[in-house]
Amino acid sequence: MNAMKKLIYALTLLLIPVLLAGCESKLLVFDPKGPIARSLTDLIVYSIIFMLVIVVVVFVLFGYIVWKYRARKDDGDFEPEEEKGNHLLEITWFTIPVLIVIALMIPTTKTIYEVEDVPQGYEEEEPLVIHVTSADWKWIFSYPDQDIETVNYINIPEDHPVQFKMTSAGTMQSFWVPELAGQKYTMANMQTNLYMVADQPGSYYGRNTSFNGRGYAHMEFEVQAQTREDFNKWVNDVKNTANELSEDTYSQILEPGVLGRMTFNGTHLDWIDHAHGGSEQYIDPEKYQLKHGEHDDIHQDIDEDREADSTEQDTESHEHDHEEMEHSDSETTDHSHH
Amino acid sequence: MSLDEFFVTGDPLILASQIAIGLTMIGLIALITYLKRWKWLWNEWFTTVDHKKIGIMYILAGVLMFFRGGVDGLLMKAQTSRPELDILNAQHYDEIFTTHGVIMILFMAMPMLIGIMNVVIPLQIGARDVAFPKLNAFSFWTFFAGAMLFNLSFVIGGSPDAGWTSYFPLAGKEFTPGVGNNYYAVSLQIAGIGTLATGINFIVTIMKMRAPGLSWMKLPIFTWSTFITSIIIVAAFPILTIALLFMTLDRLFGTHFFTVAAGGDPMLWLNLFWLWGHPEVYIVVLPAFGMFSEVIATFSRKNLYGYKSMVFAVAGIAFLSMLVWVHHFYTMGNSAAVNSIFSLTTMMIAIPTGVKIFNWLFTMRKGRIEFSTAMLWSLAFIPCFTIGGVTGVMLAMAAADYQYHNTMFLVAHFHYVLIPGVVFAVFAALYYWWPKMFGFKLNEKIGKWHFWLFVIGFNMTFMPMFFVGLDGMSRRMYTYAESTGWGAWLGFSAVGSLVMAAGFAALCYNIYWSFRYASRNVGSDPWNARTLEWATASPAPHYNFAVVPQVEQLDDFWYKKKKGETGLKKKDLKPVHMPSNSWTPIVLAAAFGVVGFFLVFEWFTLAIVASIGIVIGLIANSFDYDDGYHIPVEELEKEEREWRGDLQ
Amino acid sequence: MTSHTTPLEYQSKQTQMNILGFWIFLGAEIVLFSTLFASYFVLEHNTASGPAGQDIFILKDVLIQTFILLTSSFTSGLAIHSMRNQDKRGLLIWMIVTLLLGAGFLYMEINEFIHYVHEGATIQTSGFTAALFTLLGTHGAHVTFGIIWISLLLVQLVRRGITVQTSSKLFIASLYWHFLDVVWIFIFTFVYLKGMVM
Repeated sequence: MNAMKKLIYALTLLLIPVLLAGCESKLLVFDPKGPIARSLTDLIVYSIIFMLVIVVVVFVLFGYIVWKYRARKDDGDFEPEEEKGNHLLEITWFTIPVLIVIALMIPTTKTIYEVEDVPQGYEEEEPLVIHVTSADWKWIFSYPDQDIETVNYINIPEDHPVQFKMTSAGTMQSFWVPELAGQKYTMANMQTNLYMVADQPGSYYGRNTSFNGRGYAHMEFEVQAQTREDFNKWVNDVKNTANELSEDTYSQILEPGVLGRMTFNGTHLDWIDHAHGGSEQYIDPEKYQLKHGEHDDIHQDIDEDREADSTEQDTESHEHDHEEMEHSDSETTDHSHH
Repeated sequence: MSLDEFFVTGDPLILASQIAIGLTMIGLIALITYLKRWKWLWNEWFTTVDHKKIGIMYILAGVLMFFRGGVDGLLMKAQTSRPELDILNAQHYDEIFTTHGVIMILFMAMPMLIGIMNVVIPLQIGARDVAFPKLNAFSFWTFFAGAMLFNLSFVIGGSPDAGWTSYFPLAGKEFTPGVGNNYYAVSLQIAGIGTLATGINFIVTIMKMRAPGLSWMKLPIFTWSTFITSIIIVAAFPILTIALLFMTLDRLFGTHFFTVAAGGDPMLWLNLFWLWGHPEVYIVVLPAFGMFSEVIATFSRKNLYGYKSMVFAVAGIAFLSMLVWVHHFYTMGNSAAVNSIFSLTTMMIAIPTGVKIFNWLFTMRKGRIEFSTAMLWSLAFIPCFTIGGVTGVMLAMAAADYQYHNTMFLVAHFHYVLIPGVVFAVFAALYYWWPKMFGFKLNEKIGKWHFWLFVIGFNMTFMPMFFVGLDGMSRRMYTYAESTGWGAWLGFSAVGSLVMAAGFAALCYNIYWSFRYASRNVGSDPWNARTLEWATASPAPHYNFAVVPQVEQLDDFWYKKKKGETGLKKKDLKPVHMPSNSWTPIVLAAAFGVVGFFLVFEWFTLAIVASIGIVIGLIANSFDYDDGYHIPVEELEKEEREWRGDLQ
Repeated sequence: MTSHTTPLEYQSKQTQMNILGFWIFLGAEIVLFSTLFASYFVLEHNTASGPAGQDIFILKDVLIQTFILLTSSFTSGLAIHSMRNQDKRGLLIWMIVTLLLGAGFLYMEINEFIHYVHEGATIQTSGFTAALFTLLGTHGAHVTFGIIWISLLLVQLVRRGITVQTSSKLFIASLYWHFLDVVWIFIFTFVYLKGMVM
């Protein structure tokens, strides 16, 4: 009776990986939109095939043995024979996993090396360099060649390699855009590198996956891949309309809190690169202090006019920027890929 | 520090718990006083050095902590069951997943396993106790002091909130001021001392106290896995000691080991933590493998298939467990070569593990499988753990891990490894060895309820997490947007967690029911088992064996039973030497706890004053030359006659 | 089981196990100090704005410390030799000499620390100083513990004489003392010598 239940249960479990295969087209990781993410997905699918075989073999063997050798009322005094083991069999199930490990290891190593570099077919093109600075709890993106800076979103040209030079202004974060590339940590006083190419225009979900405090769940960003023309137009627009990033505004941005999107002319790299130290001057433990149990508002306001130099600013661009700064409550990105 | 900072205030959930804890404490104290049980508690339990009683206390503490950690888990599941819920705020959620992780691994899994090791190992090797009974009591009480201190955080001062991994810089004073993470550093340190002592104790016990004739390759497989586990403990726990020392210095004394400023290196914490943390996973899983092996052999009515390869597999896993720590941070920007090497070492762990799975299957083949509750847990372990195992191989492939790292896929994976691998094993072991501890069985019928609810609930809870993980949901998120579409998966998962909780409730009810109503007449060997612990009375007498058995082969007791050679001759009885109870372990551990509490709040003068207690305890211990006592033959004879028909 | 060739401290099952247990404990200590050394190597060059090793180390004083500790290891060996010969007086005297040398070592180490602080290298200065002070401090704390522990054992020795119990305790304490000496040799080589050269 119980054995029957077990068997049914085992069979149900068997179905689950099948379901997994069925869902493939929907889940983000199985829906790559660029060559780097695609090579990761290929590796994952390749490994899942092996794993499915293993699961099926073990489950079938398990179900069969448990069913066949269950104790029965009519067993009488039957007592199973003792078995010491069988060298041949034991060597077999030692060798098979060894072969599987080898079969998995080769493509794994290949892929590890592959994704560390500009993807194949794009070697000729000069990658767009974007500096990523993660802070509590927002993403700051600097385009040194274009001399512009954004918060919580990146625009990139489609079909063109992008190189991210990543660091953190404090805690450790992990930069992840599942449809375009695997993740990598951002760390203060360090620089990590990541390449990415988007096949086609579109909006892609990005987020931090390394827990870093109260605002962590909201630490998302959007990658907007655009046609070359649109991208250039966007750069020009920003250069014409966005405010100049001031040191004061920048240190306000670095205070702990959740922000909406922002856009600036100029980059903070002019005065600090967190990959090479100096982050500590921005860190204030007081700002992290919290009375336990009280509801804590993690949303943050930036007052760009805090210094008296606001008079010099162009009112028109100011208004534009204000639009960009609208706090989209908890979501900075609309993650609606389904 | 003002009072409202000292006591956690403002949150109705916590306030309710504070009141509940306070009332329970008062109630317990009143009850014990009313029943005049203080003296009994002190003499029979608090000062005991008997490995069986210490084991039972470990298990009791483990069940309590399972409850606490489980409630944390349920709260997390409730908060994420629908998008944008507001049951817990971000801070509270962060604290809860931190304490859930720490409690489940260090204060639930560890004491459960060490408790069962304590009860079983000396019996299994035919010893009267462990090598250092007093040190064993010290291990338990320091563990307990650490666990209590850690739990105190939630009502006094605030809980740790940087994850059970406490990654720096987040866990540094700059980013998490307050005392929460001080609790983490100090209480884990105190509990860690006890664990290290346990490791040493069991190595010596198994090396030196085996019954005559019980040579290495005749050792029961659970004893083997305990021995190897103890070696990993000794090799890994000092690393945690140092990591926590650095953490304490950083947080309490302003040093720069892991800080962003002044040349600290947060990556050092990650390396040290996982150099301990990965072996720790095997510290909890290997004894569990041993327990399954015993149960599967017993209820298949066959010996363990491939005994030798099982021993080598355990040793191989232990060795490899030291060489894989980098797989916890493939994404830290390591070179491709480093990631490739650690992918390989990690995947290699699958090889001995696979060998074990097949050996278990072939133990059952041609056997006569009886579906006792203990066996059901062992059976369910195989498919569930296989899923945990294959997803582990997937995670081991560094490049693929760039897409799984820190996602719910990972969370699903390690729950699929740790729950079947550890929790199922603990349940199997409880049902299996319960009669040896208490002299009666747990009810099999309620046991089946416990089993089915828990196993079904477990799969419902964690299976959906694989999918949301692959859909881009990272771990430790207290909320998510409606548009993500994760609500359905996580809602289902939350229902599953309730089913699991019902399973746990069934276990508690089973313990209650069986204490009151179960038959006390189960005999010394209720399962018709194979190993030496079943050769003595149930519950085992305090001296374990009236005459230490002579062993000739693997599963010696099984063959002796067949030949009818389990009897005892009166002329073989000799007085048994036993260690005396001691007050030093509990007092020392209490002193550690008090010093720890003061350190958490950085009240250094008080901490120094309290550490005088530790010094006095150590001195008293050093001057203690109590050599124990002897149980006279008459008493042995009387006790043995109570259960043996074959005393000649 | 016990013959006249078996040293006294091995003559009961319990003391045998105590000694084995202590060896395993020393194994754990090796892991502990290895971790400290590894961390020190990681942080060694992270001096931030503080001084580096060669700015503060005084090799002459360290050499004297090394000499004192090595000698104390030798005298503790002489003490155990006396113990084996049932020479309680010799045991007592050599152990006291060991303790005095240990105290001398500690005195010098404390002076060394004071010197470092004067040079602007406190435990809070940088990653390097944190690792340095903690490595040296952990060793020093072990020496301090050893001095107190052995003093207590000597009281027991005076009271009880050389028995199976007291001899095993003193033997274990001497193992501990030798171990601290070995750790110091590593500190001398990999902290001071390396720090002066590089």
